[in-house]
Amino acid sequence: MAEVLVYVDHVDGAVRKPTLELLTLARRVGEPVAVALGNGAADTAATLAEHGAVKVLTHEASEYADYLVVPKVDALQAAVEAVSPAAVLVPSSAEGKEIAARLALRIGSGIITDAVDLEAGDEGPVATQSVFAASFTTKSRVSKGTPVITVKPNSAAVEAAPAAGAVEALAVTFSDKATGTKVTARTPRESTGRPELTEAAIVVSGGRGVNGAENFAIIEALADSLGAAVGASRAAVDAGWYPHTNQVGQTGKSVSPQLYIASGISGAIQHRAGMQTSKTIVAINKDAEAPIFDLVDYGVVGDLFDVVPQLTEEINTRKG
Amino acid sequence: MSLRIVVTVKYVPDATGDRHFADDLTVDRDDVDGLLSELDEYAVEQALQISENSDDDVEVTVLTVGPEDAKDALRKALSMGADKAIHVEDDDLHGTDAIGTSLVLAKAIEKAGYDLVISGMASTDGTMGVVPALLAERLGVPQVTLLSEVSVEDGTVKGRRDGDAASEQLEASLPAVVSVTDQSGEARYPSFKGIMAAKKKPVESWDLSDLDIEAEEVGLEGAYTVVDAAAERPARTAGTIVKDEGEGGKQLAEFLAGQKFI
Repeated sequence: MAEVLVYVDHVDGAVRKPTLELLTLARRVGEPVAVALGNGAADTAATLAEHGAVKVLTHEASEYADYLVVPKVDALQAAVEAVSPAAVLVPSSAEGKEIAARLALRIGSGIITDAVDLEAGDEGPVATQSVFAASFTTKSRVSKGTPVITVKPNSAAVEAAPAAGAVEALAVTFSDKATGTKVTARTPRESTGRPELTEAAIVVSGGRGVNGAENFAIIEALADSLGAAVGASRAAVDAGWYPHTNQVGQTGKSVSPQLYIASGISGAIQHRAGMQTSKTIVAINKDAEAPIFDLVDYGVVGDLFDVVPQLTEEINTRKG
Repeated sequence: MSLRIVVTVKYVPDATGDRHFADDLTVDRDDVDGLLSELDEYAVEQALQISENSDDDVEVTVLTVGPEDAKDALRKALSMGADKAIHVEDDDLHGTDAIGTSLVLAKAIEKAGYDLVISGMASTDGTMGVVPALLAERLGVPQVTLLSEVSVEDGTVKGRRDGDAASEQLEASLPAVVSVTDQSGEARYPSFKGIMAAKKKPVESWDLSDLDIEAEEVGLEGAYTVVDAAAERPARTAGTIVKDEGEGGKQLAEFLAGQKFI
Protein backbone atom coordinates (compact mmCIF):
# COMPACT_ATOMS: atom_id res chain seq x y z
CA MET A 1 0.00 0.00 0.00
CA ALA A 2 1.27 3.46 -0.85
CA GLU A 3 2.48 5.71 1.91
CA VAL A 4 0.77 9.00 2.77
CA LEU A 5 2.67 11.79 4.49
CA VAL A 6 0.91 13.49 7.39
CA TYR A 7 2.36 16.77 8.66
CA VAL A 8 2.17 16.83 12.45
CA ASP A 9 0.95 19.94 14.24
CA HIS A 10 2.25 19.74 17.79
CA VAL A 11 3.31 21.96 20.66
CA ASP A 12 6.54 20.72 22.24
CA GLY A 13 5.60 17.12 21.53
CA ALA A 14 1.88 17.36 22.39
CA VAL A 15 0.01 16.43 19.19
CA ARG A 16 -2.99 18.64 18.40
CA LYS A 17 -6.31 16.96 17.66
CA PRO A 18 -6.60 17.89 13.93
CA THR A 19 -3.45 15.84 13.23
CA LEU A 20 -5.08 12.75 14.73
CA GLU A 21 -8.13 13.37 12.53
CA LEU A 22 -5.76 13.52 9.54
CA LEU A 23 -4.44 10.07 10.43
CA THR A 24 -8.01 8.71 10.23
CA LEU A 25 -8.36 10.18 6.71
CA ALA A 26 -4.83 9.18 5.67
CA ARG A 27 -5.63 5.51 6.42
CA ARG A 28 -8.34 5.65 3.76
CA VAL A 29 -5.81 6.43 1.05
CA GLY A 30 -2.67 4.69 2.23
CA GLU A 31 -0.27 3.97 5.08
CA PRO A 32 0.26 7.07 7.22
CA VAL A 33 3.84 8.25 7.65
CA ALA A 34 3.98 11.20 10.06
CA VAL A 35 6.47 14.07 9.83
CA ALA A 36 7.14 15.83 13.15
CA LEU A 37 9.49 18.80 13.29
CA GLY A 38 11.04 20.99 15.96
CA ASN A 39 11.27 20.86 19.71
CA GLY A 40 9.71 17.66 21.12
CA ALA A 41 9.29 16.01 17.68
CA ALA A 42 10.23 12.53 18.90
CA ASP A 43 7.77 12.80 21.81
CA THR A 44 4.88 12.74 19.35
CA ALA A 45 5.60 9.16 18.26
CA ALA A 46 3.61 7.23 20.87
CA THR A 47 0.38 9.17 20.22
CA LEU A 48 0.84 9.02 16.45
CA ALA A 49 1.47 5.26 16.57
CA GLU A 50 -1.73 4.73 18.57
CA HIS A 51 -3.66 6.45 15.78
CA GLY A 52 -2.18 4.65 12.82
CA ALA A 53 1.23 6.10 11.94
CA VAL A 54 3.44 3.28 10.63
CA LYS A 55 6.48 5.55 10.73
CA VAL A 56 7.30 8.88 12.35
CA LEU A 57 9.98 10.93 10.62
CA THR A 58 11.47 13.47 13.02
CA HIS A 59 13.90 16.35 12.86
CA GLU A 60 14.73 18.82 15.59
CA ALA A 61 16.43 22.14 14.88
CA SER A 62 16.13 25.66 16.24
CA GLU A 63 15.35 26.99 12.74
CA TYR A 64 11.77 25.73 12.97
CA ALA A 65 11.00 28.15 15.79
CA ASP A 66 13.33 30.98 14.79
CA TYR A 67 12.24 31.48 11.17
CA LEU A 68 8.85 31.55 9.48
CA VAL A 69 7.44 28.67 7.39
CA VAL A 70 10.35 27.98 4.99
CA PRO A 71 12.38 25.60 7.22
CA LYS A 72 9.26 23.44 7.55
CA VAL A 73 8.79 23.46 3.77
CA ASP A 74 12.42 22.36 3.33
CA ALA A 75 11.85 19.46 5.75
CA LEU A 76 8.56 18.36 4.21
CA GLN A 77 10.16 18.44 0.77
CA ALA A 78 12.98 16.22 2.10
CA ALA A 79 10.32 13.83 3.43
CA VAL A 80 8.52 13.75 0.07
CA GLU A 81 11.79 12.95 -1.68
CA ALA A 82 12.63 10.22 0.86
CA VAL A 83 9.20 8.54 0.84
CA SER A 84 7.66 9.27 -2.61
CA PRO A 85 4.19 9.33 -1.04
CA ALA A 86 0.79 8.97 -2.74
CA ALA A 87 -0.35 12.20 -1.08
CA VAL A 88 0.66 14.78 1.52
CA LEU A 89 -1.89 15.83 4.14
CA VAL A 90 -1.48 18.97 6.24
CA PRO A 91 -3.80 20.45 8.91
CA SER A 92 -5.61 23.53 7.56
CA SER A 93 -4.20 26.11 9.93
CA ALA A 94 -3.01 29.44 8.50
CA GLU A 95 0.58 28.20 8.68
CA GLY A 96 -0.34 24.73 7.46
CA LYS A 97 -1.83 26.14 4.28
CA GLU A 98 1.26 28.27 3.63
CA ILE A 99 3.58 25.30 4.14
CA ALA A 100 1.43 23.11 1.90
CA ALA A 101 1.25 25.72 -0.88
CA ARG A 102 5.00 26.27 -1.06
CA LEU A 103 5.63 22.54 -0.94
CA ALA A 104 3.17 21.93 -3.79
CA LEU A 105 4.87 24.54 -5.96
CA ARG A 106 8.31 23.08 -5.30
CA ILE A 107 7.36 19.51 -6.11
CA GLY A 108 5.30 20.49 -9.14
CA SER A 109 1.99 19.47 -7.61
CA GLY A 110 -1.49 20.85 -7.25
CA ILE A 111 -2.91 21.89 -3.91
CA ILE A 112 -6.38 21.66 -2.41
CA THR A 113 -7.07 23.57 0.79
CA ASP A 114 -9.70 23.31 3.51
CA ALA A 115 -11.02 19.87 2.63
CA VAL A 116 -13.81 18.70 4.94
CA ASP A 117 -13.65 15.09 3.84
CA LEU A 118 -11.33 12.82 1.90
CA GLU A 119 -11.82 9.48 0.20
CA ALA A 120 -9.83 7.24 -2.11
CA GLY A 121 -10.66 7.58 -5.81
CA ASP A 122 -9.59 5.95 -9.09
CA GLU A 123 -7.51 8.99 -9.96
CA GLY A 124 -6.19 9.75 -6.50
CA PRO A 125 -7.73 11.12 -3.31
CA VAL A 126 -11.01 13.00 -3.74
CA ALA A 127 -11.46 16.00 -1.45
CA THR A 128 -14.79 17.46 -0.42
CA GLN A 129 -14.81 21.21 0.11
CA SER A 130 -17.46 23.55 1.40
CA VAL A 131 -17.44 26.81 -0.59
CA PHE A 132 -19.24 30.15 -1.05
CA ALA A 133 -19.95 30.53 2.66
CA ALA A 134 -20.83 26.82 2.80
CA SER A 135 -23.69 27.18 0.31
CA PHE A 136 -22.03 24.71 -2.11
CA THR A 137 -20.16 21.44 -1.70
CA THR A 138 -17.51 20.50 -4.26
CA LYS A 139 -15.53 17.35 -5.00
CA SER A 140 -12.03 18.02 -6.28
CA ARG A 141 -8.79 16.24 -6.90
CA VAL A 142 -5.22 17.12 -7.72
CA SER A 143 -4.52 16.27 -11.36
CA LYS A 144 -0.75 16.91 -11.50
CA GLY A 145 2.00 15.64 -9.24
CA THR A 146 1.66 14.30 -5.70
CA PRO A 147 -1.60 15.61 -4.24
CA VAL A 148 -1.05 18.11 -1.42
CA ILE A 149 -4.24 18.56 0.58
CA THR A 150 -4.99 20.57 3.70
CA VAL A 151 -7.88 19.40 5.86
CA LYS A 152 -10.00 21.44 8.26
CA PRO A 153 -10.37 20.50 11.93
CA ASN A 154 -13.41 18.36 12.85
CA SER A 155 -13.50 16.74 9.39
CA ALA A 156 -13.09 13.20 10.72
CA ALA A 157 -13.31 11.30 13.98
CA VAL A 158 -10.17 10.52 15.95
CA GLU A 159 -9.82 6.72 15.84
CA ALA A 160 -7.53 4.36 17.68
CA ALA A 161 -5.65 2.23 15.13
CA PRO A 162 -2.43 0.95 16.67
CA ALA A 163 0.53 0.80 14.26
CA ALA A 164 4.29 0.48 14.56
CA GLY A 165 5.08 4.21 14.70
CA ALA A 166 8.77 3.53 14.21
CA VAL A 167 10.78 6.71 14.73
CA GLU A 168 13.27 7.54 11.99
CA ALA A 169 15.46 10.61 11.77
CA LEU A 170 14.73 12.72 8.72
CA ALA A 171 17.77 14.22 7.00
CA VAL A 172 17.11 17.89 6.26
CA THR A 173 19.34 20.44 4.55
CA PHE A 174 17.94 23.93 4.90
CA SER A 175 17.72 26.04 1.75
CA ASP A 176 19.32 29.47 1.56
CA LYS A 177 15.82 30.99 1.81
CA ALA A 178 15.12 29.25 5.13
CA THR A 179 16.36 32.12 7.28
CA GLY A 180 14.69 34.92 5.30
CA THR A 181 12.00 35.83 7.82
CA LYS A 182 13.15 35.99 11.41
CA VAL A 183 10.79 35.49 14.36
CA THR A 184 12.22 38.09 16.75
CA ALA A 185 9.73 37.52 19.59
CA ARG A 186 6.95 35.10 20.44
CA THR A 187 4.23 35.67 23.02
CA PRO A 188 2.27 32.47 23.70
CA ARG A 189 -1.46 33.01 23.92
CA GLU A 190 -2.80 32.94 27.47
CA SER A 191 -4.73 29.77 28.14
CA THR A 192 -8.39 30.28 29.02
CA GLY A 193 -8.78 26.66 30.11
CA ARG A 194 -11.48 26.29 27.44
CA PRO A 195 -11.22 24.05 24.37
CA GLU A 196 -9.59 25.37 21.19
CA LEU A 197 -12.26 27.14 19.11
CA THR A 198 -11.75 25.19 15.88
CA GLU A 199 -11.49 21.85 17.69
CA ALA A 200 -14.34 22.21 20.19
CA ALA A 201 -17.41 19.94 20.08
CA ILE A 202 -19.57 22.84 21.28
CA VAL A 203 -19.13 26.56 20.52
CA VAL A 204 -21.06 29.35 22.23
CA SER A 205 -20.80 32.68 20.41
CA GLY A 206 -21.83 36.22 21.21
CA GLY A 207 -22.47 39.09 18.82
CA ARG A 208 -23.61 42.68 18.67
CA GLY A 209 -26.53 41.91 20.99
CA VAL A 210 -24.13 41.14 23.85
CA ASN A 211 -23.55 44.88 23.92
CA GLY A 212 -20.30 45.25 25.86
CA ALA A 213 -17.10 43.43 26.83
CA GLU A 214 -18.28 42.97 30.43
CA ASN A 215 -21.45 41.21 29.24
CA PHE A 216 -19.42 38.43 27.61
CA ALA A 217 -19.25 36.93 31.11
CA ILE A 218 -22.73 35.46 30.57
CA ILE A 219 -21.60 33.91 27.26
CA GLU A 220 -18.55 32.46 29.00
CA ALA A 221 -20.69 31.11 31.85
CA LEU A 222 -22.93 29.28 29.35
CA ALA A 223 -19.85 27.97 27.51
CA ASP A 224 -18.36 26.68 30.76
CA SER A 225 -21.58 24.92 31.73
CA LEU A 226 -21.30 22.94 28.47
CA GLY A 227 -17.50 22.62 28.35
CA ALA A 228 -17.60 24.72 25.19
CA ALA A 229 -15.31 27.17 23.41
CA VAL A 230 -16.31 30.83 23.18
CA GLY A 231 -16.70 32.54 19.81
CA ALA A 232 -17.59 36.08 18.79
CA SER A 233 -19.00 37.71 15.68
CA ARG A 234 -17.01 40.29 13.77
CA ALA A 235 -19.24 43.06 15.14
CA ALA A 236 -18.34 42.07 18.71
CA VAL A 237 -14.63 41.79 17.86
CA ASP A 238 -14.53 45.10 15.97
CA ALA A 239 -16.21 46.77 18.96
CA GLY A 240 -13.32 45.50 21.09
CA TRP A 241 -15.51 43.30 23.32
CA TYR A 242 -13.72 40.03 22.60
CA PRO A 243 -10.31 39.04 21.11
CA HIS A 244 -9.91 38.54 17.38
CA THR A 245 -8.56 35.03 17.99
CA ASN A 246 -12.13 34.08 18.95
CA GLN A 247 -13.77 35.55 15.85
CA VAL A 248 -15.98 33.15 13.91
CA GLY A 249 -16.60 33.97 10.27
CA GLN A 250 -15.00 34.66 6.96
CA THR A 251 -12.04 36.60 8.31
CA GLY A 252 -11.85 34.68 11.55
CA LYS A 253 -12.10 30.99 12.36
CA SER A 254 -14.27 28.58 10.52
CA VAL A 255 -15.87 26.12 12.94
CA SER A 256 -17.84 22.95 12.46
CA PRO A 257 -18.82 21.73 15.93
CA GLN A 258 -21.54 19.30 16.97
CA LEU A 259 -23.44 22.22 18.51
CA TYR A 260 -23.22 25.95 17.78
CA ILE A 261 -25.10 28.40 19.97
CA ALA A 262 -25.37 31.96 18.56
CA SER A 263 -26.42 34.63 21.03
CA GLY A 264 -27.22 38.13 19.84
CA ILE A 265 -25.86 37.35 16.35
CA SER A 266 -27.98 38.38 13.37
CA GLY A 267 -26.28 35.92 10.98
CA ALA A 268 -24.71 38.01 8.22
CA ILE A 269 -23.22 36.02 5.31
CA GLN A 270 -19.69 36.66 6.64
CA HIS A 271 -20.62 35.01 9.93
CA ARG A 272 -22.51 32.16 8.31
CA ALA A 273 -19.41 31.38 6.27
CA GLY A 274 -17.66 30.40 9.48
CA MET A 275 -20.32 28.28 11.17
CA GLN A 276 -22.87 27.03 8.62
CA THR A 277 -21.48 23.48 8.60
CA SER A 278 -22.10 23.03 12.33
CA LYS A 279 -24.19 19.90 12.98
CA THR A 280 -26.80 21.45 15.28
CA ILE A 281 -27.39 25.20 15.35
CA VAL A 282 -29.22 27.10 18.06
CA ALA A 283 -29.83 30.85 18.20
CA ILE A 284 -31.10 33.35 20.70
CA ASN A 285 -32.01 36.76 19.28
CA LYS A 286 -34.45 39.57 20.04
CA ASP A 287 -35.21 40.06 16.36
CA ALA A 288 -37.52 37.36 15.02
CA GLU A 289 -36.51 38.42 11.48
CA ALA A 290 -32.76 37.84 12.01
CA PRO A 291 -31.34 35.67 9.17
CA ILE A 292 -29.67 33.38 11.71
CA PHE A 293 -33.11 31.85 12.36
CA ASP A 294 -33.10 30.46 8.80
CA LEU A 295 -30.26 28.15 9.85
CA VAL A 296 -31.35 26.97 13.24
CA ASP A 297 -32.55 23.66 14.53
CA TYR A 298 -33.91 25.50 17.53
CA GLY A 299 -34.32 29.23 18.04
CA VAL A 300 -35.52 31.40 20.87
CA VAL A 301 -36.83 34.86 20.05
CA GLY A 302 -36.08 36.77 23.19
CA ASP A 303 -33.66 38.89 25.19
CA LEU A 304 -30.39 37.02 25.56
CA PHE A 305 -29.91 38.62 28.98
CA ASP A 306 -32.96 36.67 30.16
CA VAL A 307 -32.61 33.50 28.11
CA VAL A 308 -28.87 32.78 28.40
CA PRO A 309 -28.59 32.97 32.22
CA GLN A 310 -31.74 30.86 32.58
CA LEU A 311 -30.30 28.30 30.17
CA THR A 312 -26.98 28.22 32.04
CA GLU A 313 -28.72 27.76 35.36
CA GLU A 314 -30.91 24.99 33.98
CA ILE A 315 -27.89 23.17 32.53
CA ASN A 316 -26.01 23.44 35.81
CA THR A 317 -29.06 22.17 37.71
CA ARG A 318 -29.50 19.22 35.37
CA LYS A 319 -25.84 18.33 35.69
CA GLY A 320 -26.43 18.30 39.45
CA MET B 1 15.70 56.34 -1.91
CA SER B 2 12.65 55.06 -3.54
CA LEU B 3 10.29 52.29 -2.57
CA ARG B 4 8.18 50.47 -5.13
CA ILE B 5 5.13 48.77 -3.65
CA VAL B 6 2.99 46.41 -5.72
CA VAL B 7 -0.41 45.59 -4.19
CA THR B 8 -2.11 42.49 -5.60
CA VAL B 9 -5.90 42.77 -5.70
CA LYS B 10 -8.72 40.53 -6.86
CA TYR B 11 -12.07 41.28 -8.41
CA VAL B 12 -14.57 38.89 -6.81
CA PRO B 13 -18.28 38.10 -6.97
CA ASP B 14 -20.14 40.01 -4.26
CA ALA B 15 -20.40 37.68 -1.25
CA THR B 16 -23.87 39.00 -0.47
CA GLY B 17 -25.01 38.07 -3.98
CA ASP B 18 -26.14 34.66 -5.19
CA ARG B 19 -22.77 33.09 -5.95
CA HIS B 20 -22.68 29.91 -8.00
CA PHE B 21 -20.72 27.86 -10.51
CA ALA B 22 -20.72 28.09 -14.29
CA ASP B 23 -21.26 24.97 -16.45
CA ASP B 24 -17.51 24.26 -16.58
CA LEU B 25 -17.44 24.35 -12.74
CA THR B 26 -15.46 27.57 -12.61
CA VAL B 27 -16.77 30.42 -10.46
CA ASP B 28 -19.53 32.20 -12.38
CA ARG B 29 -18.34 35.77 -12.76
CA ASP B 30 -20.97 36.94 -15.24
CA ASP B 31 -24.27 36.69 -13.38
CA VAL B 32 -23.17 38.19 -10.08
CA ASP B 33 -22.00 41.74 -9.43
CA GLY B 34 -18.29 41.96 -8.79
CA LEU B 35 -16.18 44.23 -6.65
CA LEU B 36 -12.71 44.70 -5.15
CA SER B 37 -12.30 41.88 -2.60
CA GLU B 38 -12.88 43.48 0.79
CA LEU B 39 -9.78 41.83 2.21
CA ASP B 40 -7.63 43.48 -0.47
CA GLU B 41 -8.78 46.93 0.66
CA TYR B 42 -6.69 46.36 3.79
CA ALA B 43 -3.64 45.71 1.62
CA VAL B 44 -4.21 48.92 -0.34
CA GLU B 45 -4.68 50.80 2.93
CA GLN B 46 -1.39 49.55 4.42
CA ALA B 47 0.47 50.40 1.21
CA LEU B 48 -0.91 53.94 1.37
CA GLN B 49 -0.01 54.26 5.05
CA ILE B 50 3.53 53.05 4.41
CA SER B 51 3.72 55.61 1.62
CA GLU B 52 2.40 58.42 3.81
CA ASN B 53 4.71 57.57 6.71
CA SER B 54 7.83 57.34 4.58
CA ASP B 55 10.42 59.99 3.78
CA ASP B 56 11.28 58.01 0.67
CA ASP B 57 9.76 58.44 -2.72
CA VAL B 58 7.09 55.72 -2.66
CA GLU B 59 5.15 54.47 -5.65
CA VAL B 60 2.08 52.27 -5.10
CA THR B 61 1.04 50.09 -8.05
CA VAL B 62 -2.08 47.94 -7.89
CA LEU B 63 -2.05 44.74 -9.92
CA THR B 64 -4.89 42.44 -10.83
CA VAL B 65 -5.37 39.37 -13.01
CA GLY B 66 -8.89 38.98 -14.29
CA PRO B 67 -11.50 39.69 -16.95
CA GLU B 68 -12.40 43.11 -18.34
CA ASP B 69 -14.64 43.96 -15.38
CA ALA B 70 -11.70 43.53 -13.02
CA LYS B 71 -10.73 47.09 -13.98
CA ASP B 72 -13.41 48.16 -11.48
CA ALA B 73 -11.27 46.75 -8.67
CA LEU B 74 -8.25 48.68 -9.94
CA ARG B 75 -10.31 51.87 -10.24
CA LYS B 76 -11.45 51.51 -6.62
CA ALA B 77 -7.85 51.08 -5.42
CA LEU B 78 -6.73 54.08 -7.50
CA SER B 79 -9.52 56.19 -6.03
CA MET B 80 -8.33 55.21 -2.54
CA GLY B 81 -4.96 56.71 -3.48
CA ALA B 82 -2.78 54.19 -5.36
CA ASP B 83 -0.59 55.77 -8.06
CA LYS B 84 -1.01 53.45 -10.99
CA ALA B 85 -2.49 50.13 -12.03
CA ILE B 86 -1.68 47.05 -14.10
CA HIS B 87 -4.36 44.79 -15.48
CA VAL B 88 -3.36 41.35 -16.75
CA GLU B 89 -6.15 40.13 -19.00
CA ASP B 90 -6.16 37.24 -21.43
CA ASP B 91 -8.89 34.87 -22.61
CA ASP B 92 -6.56 31.96 -21.93
CA LEU B 93 -6.62 32.78 -18.21
CA HIS B 94 -10.18 31.47 -17.73
CA GLY B 95 -10.18 28.73 -15.09
CA THR B 96 -6.65 29.40 -13.78
CA ASP B 97 -6.06 27.92 -10.30
CA ALA B 98 -3.97 29.29 -7.41
CA ILE B 99 -0.70 27.84 -8.72
CA GLY B 100 -1.30 29.41 -12.16
CA THR B 101 -2.46 32.71 -10.70
CA SER B 102 0.70 32.94 -8.65
CA LEU B 103 2.75 32.40 -11.83
CA VAL B 104 1.01 35.24 -13.64
CA LEU B 105 1.22 37.57 -10.65
CA ALA B 106 4.89 36.78 -10.05
CA LYS B 107 5.84 37.45 -13.67
CA ALA B 108 3.88 40.70 -13.66
CA ILE B 109 5.43 41.80 -10.36
CA GLU B 110 8.91 41.13 -11.75
CA LYS B 111 8.13 43.02 -14.94
CA ALA B 112 6.72 45.97 -12.97
CA GLY B 113 9.69 46.07 -10.60
CA TYR B 114 9.18 45.94 -6.82
CA ASP B 115 10.68 46.31 -3.39
CA LEU B 116 7.59 45.23 -1.49
CA VAL B 117 4.52 43.19 -2.47
CA ILE B 118 1.43 43.56 -0.28
CA SER B 119 -1.55 41.20 -0.54
CA GLY B 120 -4.72 40.66 1.43
CA MET B 121 -4.93 37.60 3.72
CA ALA B 122 -7.18 35.68 1.25
CA SER B 123 -9.73 36.34 -1.45
CA THR B 124 -13.36 36.40 -0.42
CA ASP B 125 -14.33 33.92 -3.16
CA GLY B 126 -11.68 31.18 -3.25
CA THR B 127 -10.59 31.87 0.37
CA MET B 128 -7.50 29.67 0.06
CA GLY B 129 -5.10 32.25 1.49
CA VAL B 130 -2.09 30.70 -0.25
CA VAL B 131 -1.20 33.20 -2.98
CA PRO B 132 1.11 35.37 -0.81
CA ALA B 133 3.14 32.30 0.23
CA LEU B 134 3.26 31.12 -3.41
CA LEU B 135 4.46 34.56 -4.54
CA ALA B 136 7.26 34.51 -1.98
CA GLU B 137 8.28 31.05 -3.16
CA ARG B 138 8.23 32.07 -6.81
CA LEU B 139 9.98 35.40 -6.32
CA GLY B 140 12.54 33.86 -3.95
CA VAL B 141 12.08 36.59 -1.35
CA PRO B 142 11.04 36.49 2.33
CA GLN B 143 7.41 35.81 3.22
CA VAL B 144 6.11 38.08 5.98
CA THR B 145 2.47 37.13 6.05
CA LEU B 146 -0.80 37.48 7.96
CA LEU B 147 0.31 40.67 9.67
CA SER B 148 -2.01 42.63 11.91
CA GLU B 149 0.60 45.39 12.18
CA VAL B 150 3.19 46.30 9.58
CA SER B 151 5.95 48.88 9.23
CA VAL B 152 8.81 49.51 6.81
CA GLU B 153 12.00 51.28 7.73
CA ASP B 154 15.55 51.30 6.34
CA GLY B 155 14.97 48.45 3.95
CA THR B 156 13.43 46.21 6.62
CA VAL B 157 9.82 45.15 7.01
CA LYS B 158 8.53 44.31 10.48
CA GLY B 159 5.17 43.13 11.63
CA ARG B 160 3.05 41.22 14.10
CA ARG B 161 1.52 37.88 13.15
CA ASP B 162 -1.21 36.64 15.48
CA GLY B 163 -1.31 32.87 15.29
CA ASP B 164 -3.45 30.31 17.08
CA ALA B 165 -0.86 29.44 19.67
CA ALA B 166 1.19 32.63 19.86
CA SER B 167 1.65 36.15 18.64
CA GLU B 168 4.93 36.55 16.74
CA GLN B 169 7.05 39.55 15.80
CA LEU B 170 8.55 39.08 12.35
CA GLU B 171 11.35 40.82 10.52
CA ALA B 172 12.80 40.53 7.02
CA SER B 173 14.92 42.51 4.57
CA LEU B 174 13.36 43.95 1.41
CA PRO B 175 12.44 42.88 -1.17
CA ALA B 176 9.69 40.86 0.50
CA VAL B 177 6.09 39.68 0.19
CA VAL B 178 3.70 40.82 2.91
CA SER B 179 0.08 39.90 3.53
CA VAL B 180 -2.14 41.80 5.96
CA THR B 181 -5.26 40.77 7.87
CA ASP B 182 -8.51 42.65 8.46
CA GLN B 183 -7.04 43.60 11.85
CA SER B 184 -4.33 45.74 10.25
CA GLY B 185 -6.47 48.88 10.20
CA GLU B 186 -9.72 49.98 8.63
CA ALA B 187 -9.50 50.82 4.95
CA ARG B 188 -10.27 54.39 3.91
CA TYR B 189 -13.22 55.33 1.73
CA PRO B 190 -12.36 56.99 -1.55
CA SER B 191 -12.96 60.75 -1.39
CA PHE B 192 -14.72 62.58 -4.20
CA LYS B 193 -11.37 64.12 -5.09
CA GLY B 194 -9.83 60.64 -5.09
CA ILE B 195 -12.50 59.29 -7.39
CA MET B 196 -11.98 62.17 -9.85
CA ALA B 197 -8.18 61.83 -9.70
CA ALA B 198 -8.40 58.07 -10.34
CA LYS B 199 -9.90 58.65 -13.76
CA LYS B 200 -6.64 60.24 -14.87
CA LYS B 201 -4.29 57.65 -13.37
CA PRO B 202 -2.56 55.25 -15.76
CA VAL B 203 -3.88 51.68 -16.14
CA GLU B 204 -1.58 49.42 -18.17
CA SER B 205 -2.97 46.29 -19.82
CA TRP B 206 -0.77 43.23 -20.25
CA ASP B 207 -1.55 39.86 -21.75
CA LEU B 208 0.20 36.50 -21.40
CA SER B 209 2.63 37.21 -24.25
CA ASP B 210 3.80 40.37 -22.44
CA LEU B 211 4.74 38.09 -19.54
CA ASP B 212 6.29 35.26 -21.61
CA ILE B 213 3.71 32.81 -20.31
CA GLU B 214 2.39 30.07 -22.60
CA ALA B 215 -1.37 29.48 -22.69
CA GLU B 216 -0.88 25.83 -21.59
CA GLU B 217 0.67 26.99 -18.33
CA VAL B 218 -2.57 28.60 -17.16
CA GLY B 219 -6.35 28.32 -17.54
CA LEU B 220 -8.39 25.19 -17.00
CA GLU B 221 -5.94 23.16 -19.14
CA GLY B 222 -2.96 24.25 -17.10
CA ALA B 223 -4.68 23.83 -13.74
CA TYR B 224 -3.13 21.43 -11.23
CA THR B 225 -6.52 20.62 -9.73
CA VAL B 226 -9.86 19.49 -11.13
CA VAL B 227 -13.31 20.15 -9.73
CA ASP B 228 -15.39 17.06 -10.60
CA ALA B 229 -18.66 18.11 -9.02
CA ALA B 230 -20.32 21.07 -7.33
CA ALA B 231 -23.67 20.78 -5.61
CA GLU B 232 -25.74 23.32 -3.77
CA ARG B 233 -25.91 22.45 -0.12
CA PRO B 234 -29.43 21.35 0.74
CA ALA B 235 -31.26 24.05 2.68
CA ARG B 236 -31.38 23.24 6.37
CA THR B 237 -34.74 21.91 7.38
CA ALA B 238 -36.75 24.53 9.21
CA GLY B 239 -36.16 24.36 12.91
CA THR B 240 -38.37 25.03 15.88
CA ILE B 241 -38.63 28.70 16.83
CA VAL B 242 -40.15 29.69 20.13
CA LYS B 243 -40.82 33.12 21.58
CA ASP B 244 -39.48 33.65 25.08
CA GLU B 245 -42.42 34.07 27.45
CA GLY B 246 -40.25 33.69 30.52
CA GLU B 247 -39.31 30.03 30.03
CA GLY B 248 -37.18 30.34 26.85
CA GLY B 249 -33.96 29.29 28.57
CA LYS B 250 -35.59 26.22 30.10
CA GLN B 251 -37.21 25.25 26.79
CA LEU B 252 -33.84 25.51 25.10
CA ALA B 253 -32.28 23.36 27.83
CA GLU B 254 -34.99 20.77 27.21
CA PHE B 255 -34.11 20.75 23.49
CA LEU B 256 -30.39 20.38 24.22
CA ALA B 257 -31.07 17.57 26.68
CA GLY B 258 -33.19 15.81 24.04
CA GLN B 259 -30.20 16.05 21.66
CA LYS B 260 -27.95 14.63 24.41
CA PHE B 261 -25.84 17.77 24.70
CA ILE B 262 -26.59 17.97 28.42
